[in-house]
Amino acid sequence: MVTPGDGTDPLAIAETVLARAMDAGASEAEVLVSSDDQALTRFANSEIHQNVAETSASVNLRFVLGRRIATASTGRIDEAGLAALVHRAAAVARTCEELEDWAGLPGPDPSGPIHGLPAAFAAPTADATPELRAEGVRAVIAAADEQGVLAYGSFSTGREAMAVANSKGIRAFEERTSAQLLTVHMSPDGGTGYAERAATDVTNIDPEGIGREAAARAKATDHAISMPAGDYPVVLEPYAVVDILDMLGYVGFSGLAVEEGRSFAEPGRRVGSDLVTIIDDSANPSGLPMTFDYEGVRKERVVLIENGVCRDVVYDAQTAARAGRRSTGHGLPAPNPYGPFPLNMVMAHGSTPHDELIAGIERGLLVTRFHYTNPVHPKLAIITGMTRDGTFLIENGQVVAPVRNLRFTQSYLDALAGVSAVGRDLRTLRGSFGAVVVPALRIDAWSFTGTTEH
Amino acid sequence: MPDTTAGTLRARLPPDMRALTDRALDGATRLGASYADVRIVRRRDESIGIKSGRLEGVATSETEGFGVRVLVDGAWGFASSHHLDLDEADRVAALAVRIARASATALRTRVELDGRPPAHGRFETPVVEDPFNIPLERKIGHLMEADRAAGAVRGVTFTESSYGAQREEKTFAASDGSFTEQVITHIGAAVEANAIEGDEHQRRSYPDAGGGWAAAGYEYIGGLDLVGNAERHGEEAVALLTAPQCPSGSRTIILDPTQLYMQVHESCGHPTELDRVYGTEASYAGTSFLTTDKLDEGFRYGSDLITIVADATAPHGMGTFGWDDEGVAAQSVPLIRNGILTGYLTSRETGPRIGRASGGAMRADGWNRIPLIRMTNINLLPVAGLSLDDIVADTDDGLYLASNRSWSIDDRRLNFQFATEVAYEVKGGKKGRLFKNPTYTGITYEFWRSCDAVGDQSSYVMLGTPNCGKGEPSQGAHVGHGVSGARFRNVQVGVGKW
Repeated sequence: MVTPGDGTDPLAIAETVLARAMDAGASEAEVLVSSDDQALTRFANSEIHQNVAETSASVNLRFVLGRRIATASTGRIDEAGLAALVHRAAAVARTCEELEDWAGLPGPDPSGPIHGLPAAFAAPTADATPELRAEGVRAVIAAADEQGVLAYGSFSTGREAMAVANSKGIRAFEERTSAQLLTVHMSPDGGTGYAERAATDVTNIDPEGIGREAAARAKATDHAISMPAGDYPVVLEPYAVVDILDMLGYVGFSGLAVEEGRSFAEPGRRVGSDLVTIIDDSANPSGLPMTFDYEGVRKERVVLIENGVCRDVVYDAQTAARAGRRSTGHGLPAPNPYGPFPLNMVMAHGSTPHDELIAGIERGLLVTRFHYTNPVHPKLAIITGMTRDGTFLIENGQVVAPVRNLRFTQSYLDALAGVSAVGRDLRTLRGSFGAVVVPALRIDAWSFTGTTEH
Repeated sequence: MPDTTAGTLRARLPPDMRALTDRALDGATRLGASYADVRIVRRRDESIGIKSGRLEGVATSETEGFGVRVLVDGAWGFASSHHLDLDEADRVAALAVRIARASATALRTRVELDGRPPAHGRFETPVVEDPFNIPLERKIGHLMEADRAAGAVRGVTFTESSYGAQREEKTFAASDGSFTEQVITHIGAAVEANAIEGDEHQRRSYPDAGGGWAAAGYEYIGGLDLVGNAERHGEEAVALLTAPQCPSGSRTIILDPTQLYMQVHESCGHPTELDRVYGTEASYAGTSFLTTDKLDEGFRYGSDLITIVADATAPHGMGTFGWDDEGVAAQSVPLIRNGILTGYLTSRETGPRIGRASGGAMRADGWNRIPLIRMTNINLLPVAGLSLDDIVADTDDGLYLASNRSWSIDDRRLNFQFATEVAYEVKGGKKGRLFKNPTYTGITYEFWRSCDAVGDQSSYVMLGTPNCGKGEPSQGAHVGHGVSGARFRNVQVGVGKW
């Protein structure tokens, strides 16, 4: 079995499956093995209502016959399961049409086998228990109790081992851990407040502090006033900035999106103010480090936007070959119709203290978080969504009142162009597609297009 | 109706599976669980992806494992493993109990379950042509032909076509003696044409943006006529590049079934999930404006024409099953009758809180997830009188909106905004020119109250999505929506700057 606790080496499993695939006639083959122990304690109405743990493993085999490619995966990590996997993949490959521009699997790292970064793994997270998570949740709830509000959220811890081996010589193995605590506190008078942290090491998460932050925000949003839709300057807290990076990654920072003409990203094109720099940096210790991608290629640091100007996008092996580039180490598990993806984005911090971000606005809004965002026009990066869990009116540089939630329909590119100040503090958070490290931002104009009742 | 002969089931089941469920349940109850259930799930998926006439990927996957859910001291615990083994059943059952005891340290109200009778029997999705027995060459060839037909249209920049099939074999056993087996098969396909010029990117999808999906065999794919519809959608994608921007204003809109099902999903399905109402999804998906006092007061959700049911027995619906993942038999639950709120999607835990038994809406995404309240088939029932064509003919000035492009709704399911791939102008009862980039927005109950026409049976179709997200850790669900098309008055069309 390939489970973190039983001593089996996922790389050994990958080697075994690779050998069998080659014996079965593959001209190239790639094996991705992952094994996980994940747990999550969920709370609502200030009590634990869901509490789960999972031990899982999977083997993903890319079987290549010349230019015919098949992918098969299995969760059955026993003799019969692995034999069936190879048989299935080989049978499908023999049936497939050829992929004319197949560029082959990626080759090995010049430095040899890749071993994961020590910073990616923290023993306290790997060893986290149900009792530890419950203790953290009780601290969050206690902070809510102090303010007379209720807590709703989750505390997760997990460890993952990932190995990749391919017939070109790639050998890569890494163990990673991650932890996340998030909470929405809700007040009986209508206020809601959000707080979150993510970390490799669970001991770097302060449940009581997170609970206090959310509770204070919930109380501060009691008895919110209505504001009409319209354009307002905004300060976006890091929780909201996460969405900008997520969405730009989704609609634009991919080599496939560029190839298909659906990306805004063109090298040298100015899309943001001078203050905007976004980098995919998987080695950044403040994030959730990751040494190689799902094709076993070492991750490169890729500058996506530098001082407001598009510099580069990310590539996997196939999109890189078609673009005449080399992979930047951003492949997802095969088959992957979405193309490469930046999973470790970092936005450069500025020098502005949080209070001064707000002080720079005569009349505008402070937004804690966005909800249910979705692209309306992907190429223009026009996104719609709602504010949530802490929206405030700013007048004369001061937060003066909580505001009911608003809908926005806003080009995120226009938003980057309107960045007039960047916060000096960074937060590590978990986005929809990976870890992100982000500051707060002040943006000159944000287009709010509707209102709601809370 | 499901076969309820438990004795037959035991013979059908490999003895190791029954031994595993017994072992897990015995272990959990011996360690103190007042209730326990176990699900063994084997899931098989096959997918084909084609992009611009290139076979990008053929993938097959298999996963199997089991999950044990326990109640100890009135608190929930759950643990799961991919390792189907008796010793692992002992470990996982013990871990589930340990987790439940940890839950009990932060518990304010003990969980109580309704008294549903033990479940026994077997259910299988009716399948004519087993998709897993159809030669792969045939499936690829069919999809490739459709993709190339869309791509052959001059001006189409790229095409994407996809096929997917999933079969889930599920064994459920509970400490009250319940024991069921189910084999559920879902299948779907889509063809998508994209046209790009400058900053304009237009897309037309067939049969709709998420693909056509159903609980059925490969016969469903044949019925879609992907090849016959591909060229027309390619032509529309290209035509949209030069079409006028959809004009803004307060308009009459007619929603094609390919958009109406998403409207039902977001603004009727999710708000009626009783776990959301009680706040247990607050930190992620959000809550619901539909507080239970609205059930007592007979809240007017929509016009008299709006009758919506959660029907887990509907043919071909992806929310159709024999029993939910708590062992509650499939049923049809009225949610809205003639515009008035009449019910919710419920579980064994939440149903009693409104004085009702579970409506059977607890569904889990595989062996490693707990069941949550999920949509089954949330169907807006057709209204006799006007066909969808009649509704168009009855409209002097409006817009006909088809195929979802984007969706968003607030955390209490009130303020929504949708974009569709295309709008057709309706003038004098006839569909005319195309408009690009249509959007519309509204408040849920105001919108549904503005409905003045619902199509009859002639356009009623079972659609659905295989991508309904909810829960932490995240879960996807396959849900169905039966709809026929409908008309709404005074809707705000056109949002944002273009």
